[in-house]
Amino acid sequence: MPSTIIQDINQHNFHEVLKPTPFHPRVDHDCLTKNWMDWNGYLTARTYDTLAAEYFAIRSSCSVMDLTPMGKYRINGPDANKFLNRLVTRDVSMLRPQRVSYVVMCNDEGKVLDDATIFHLNEGDYRLCCQHHQLDWLMISSLGMDVSIKEETHDIAALAVQGPTSASALKLAGIDEIGQLKPYDILHTQLHGFEVMVSRTGYTGDLGYELWTSPDNALSMWDAIFEVKQKGFYDIRTIGLSALEMVRIEAGFILPGDDFNTAETAIRADRVRSPYEVGLGWVVNLDKPNFTGKRALLDEKKKPIKRRLLRLEVSGNKAPQDSFLYAGKGGKRIGTIMTQIWSPILKANLAMADVEFAGGSQPSEIWAEIYYQKELEWRVSWAKGKVWNKPFWSHPRRSASPPDSY
Amino acid sequence: MNQYDAIVIGAGHNGLTNAAYLAKAGLEVLVVEKNDYIGGAAVSRELHEGWIYSSCSYVCSMMRQAIHRDLNLTKHGLILVPYLGNVAFGDNGETLVGYTDEEANYNALRKISPHDADAMFRLHADLARYAQLIRKTLLRTPPDPTSFRPRDVNELLWFAKQFWGLGEKELYEYIRFFTMSAADYLEDYLENDLIKATMASAGIIGTALGVYSPGSAYILLHHVMGDVDGNIGAWGLARGGMGAISQSLAGALQESGGEIRLNAGVRKILVKKQKAVGVVLENGDELYANIVVSNLDAKRTFTQCMDEDDLPPGIFKKAKNFKIRGSSGKVNIALSGLPKFNGVPNNRYVNRGGQAFVGSLETMERAYDDWKHGCWSKDPFIESVIPSAWDPTVAPPGKHWMSNFVQYCPAELADGPWTPEKRNTFGQIIVDKIERYSPGFRELIVHMEVRTPHEIEAEVGLTEGNIFQGELTIDQLLFNRPFPGYAQYRMPVKNMYMCGSSTHPGGGVSSACGANAAREILMDLRLGNTVPDDDFYDE
Repeated sequence: MPSTIIQDINQHNFHEVLKPTPFHPRVDHDCLTKNWMDWNGYLTARTYDTLAAEYFAIRSSCSVMDLTPMGKYRINGPDANKFLNRLVTRDVSMLRPQRVSYVVMCNDEGKVLDDATIFHLNEGDYRLCCQHHQLDWLMISSLGMDVSIKEETHDIAALAVQGPTSASALKLAGIDEIGQLKPYDILHTQLHGFEVMVSRTGYTGDLGYELWTSPDNALSMWDAIFEVKQKGFYDIRTIGLSALEMVRIEAGFILPGDDFNTAETAIRADRVRSPYEVGLGWVVNLDKPNFTGKRALLDEKKKPIKRRLLRLEVSGNKAPQDSFLYAGKGGKRIGTIMTQIWSPILKANLAMADVEFAGGSQPSEIWAEIYYQKELEWRVSWAKGKVWNKPFWSHPRRSASPPDSY
Repeated sequence: MNQYDAIVIGAGHNGLTNAAYLAKAGLEVLVVEKNDYIGGAAVSRELHEGWIYSSCSYVCSMMRQAIHRDLNLTKHGLILVPYLGNVAFGDNGETLVGYTDEEANYNALRKISPHDADAMFRLHADLARYAQLIRKTLLRTPPDPTSFRPRDVNELLWFAKQFWGLGEKELYEYIRFFTMSAADYLEDYLENDLIKATMASAGIIGTALGVYSPGSAYILLHHVMGDVDGNIGAWGLARGGMGAISQSLAGALQESGGEIRLNAGVRKILVKKQKAVGVVLENGDELYANIVVSNLDAKRTFTQCMDEDDLPPGIFKKAKNFKIRGSSGKVNIALSGLPKFNGVPNNRYVNRGGQAFVGSLETMERAYDDWKHGCWSKDPFIESVIPSAWDPTVAPPGKHWMSNFVQYCPAELADGPWTPEKRNTFGQIIVDKIERYSPGFRELIVHMEVRTPHEIEAEVGLTEGNIFQGELTIDQLLFNRPFPGYAQYRMPVKNMYMCGSSTHPGGGVSSACGANAAREILMDLRLGNTVPDDDFYDE
């Protein structure tokens, strides 16, 4: 573990505030807007050209996103499974090799630190992918266990290839077995003579895959995919984090740190959230013998829920950005819009909203007070919210096996 | 069963929208369609193996997003994907590249005319001001200016308030704008002919007018007032073709219990004691309903589906003289590869947009002259798009489908009736013209379908193949559409309504006509309104 850290310091070029990913030469060439942003210390594109085009690449054709900055940790050793099963609230003791599971990590108080995916790469060898830096927490959690934990964020180059034609495009790129992958499956294969791992995973709620390889092969992997476009087969487009934000809200995925304060960064006591409060009760298994946060969650389960992160469709066409939420027009304030987008596919304002549940029940009405601007003049309007219990967008092709060709 | 609450004639997008809202209000609704497929002019069919042709309409920008959302059309398969750019071809080989991105567009215009690049901001602000006003009226029933009913008076006051809100100077400008030609209007702003011609082309589409004909400026507005996700003037494709719009509306209709009957052309609308009571189908079947709604154009409805004796005096003549002249054709082409065009940058915006073969203002006016003389244009204006460049569902991988809207093409030729040979000659003119800008184009052609007004009328039923179900000139707009006194979707015979593009706000695949008509019908039946307000209502 310490050797990894030293290596990273040597790799870091202090002339650059943000670290380029292994795909940077291609990303930089493709990014016409030069609209950069920071993601976990990396230089990442917010948009490449036009947000609408990137968004529709995901929903209508095929999109490619540089996923390298996502926190990646390699976990193996005799206690690896035991360690992971204690780390997360879901029961992952039976997670088979070449399978992936979506999980959530809590602290001792049962408050959410992060959500994550566990990739069971090969028997006893795991990769944990998180939104935020978690090495510190992983080390603390591993005390007394015979387990090796190594950060490999910089050692693995990854691309998300998502959209209705992603399976067809990847097949043409040379991954013949792509059709065999069911959702959450992992495939180890060769592409143009180098090793890649392909998982049928993603953050878009659509058909999609994630491709993982060593940084040395990053550009070859990129080129293999875009060669399919150059040959004229499919429209394949690079997408930035803005387009991803749109589709992940449509798909109902939460974003720790944006939709709620993560437990390890919260300074004020009322900012932390339990899995139940962020809608992740379905990944909490209280029957599991023990896991971090279990006792607190058992207690919390007995009491009425105080608040929930809700999927809220807000009527009209005005963006409820940072809006306060009320029980009625001008009524009692009951919450806040955390993140929101205009959904070009559903023609609606969609939001993640933090809402108080007085007496443990969902408010019967939720209204947003929206401030919006017309030609530099601010106006205010009210719009009613509608709570969605299911994701705003889900398409059968996300789980169809074998995958659709478009 | 042969008794319904309402029968809607024609399963085009407005008929289906109308029926969906009636069904949503609890009515038993039947849509009768003469073809063995639905869609009318918003239709997509596999006309060559592996290729899905949108034979008629090919672009979508006016579809009311409030209806899209309200009828949950996404769930029923509708996805609208925007254009990113376009390219216009001039006579002398020069090209004008346009982008939906404002900055990129400015830089592209500057290459041709720095003056026009700057003037475009003023032009767009003025057009946006006019368009904003009209856009607010789309999902509203036009008031009857001769009526003293409180609703009409209130609505007239609302209109007056919107117009007076422009200010005196702008009001004069606006009235002037309504009567001007597109070319003259643009003269006030622009100097470059190709830029003017490109903008003016929007003023003639679907209309038997030239770029110098008075009234064409308004039509220009009609084509720039649509929007995709709030981007005013943006255009989009329906994924899977324009038929996806009709299919999704049919899905919404059927979900509410509505019924569609195919191969059921209407011979006559049954009228008893000055009340519409049902329809007689081509096969002689009689179907009865409390309400009959025609989604056919006004001319066809009254002159072909009704007895003159059933109508009040004057209506038959008004319908006969309804201005619905055929002026355009359509050439649909399956291609074995993506054509390359001279002088067009190979970039990700332009590759995902339309091609407009405009030539120049003069070329377009000459093209109109040919039409006036009863002949198709020898050097026509063509507006094209290759949807397969960004819709993976309409052609096999690596292959392409190209839609070419052609103007002008008359419904009746001076030298006798249309024949297959004449149609082919017309088609070859289009191929020849594209070949001039895209050498090698001809070799890419796998299959081709040529549609003159004759074919469009025969298949879809639009009189003279007019894409708007009646021209969008000021004499046929708002409370004059289709005829003065009948603009509120109620027809001269009781219990009979119209819901097609012959009614306000006209053509353009907006679903607004069908929705507005449904609102009026539900009001007459004293049922709760199921039609939503437009999103732009309060801006």
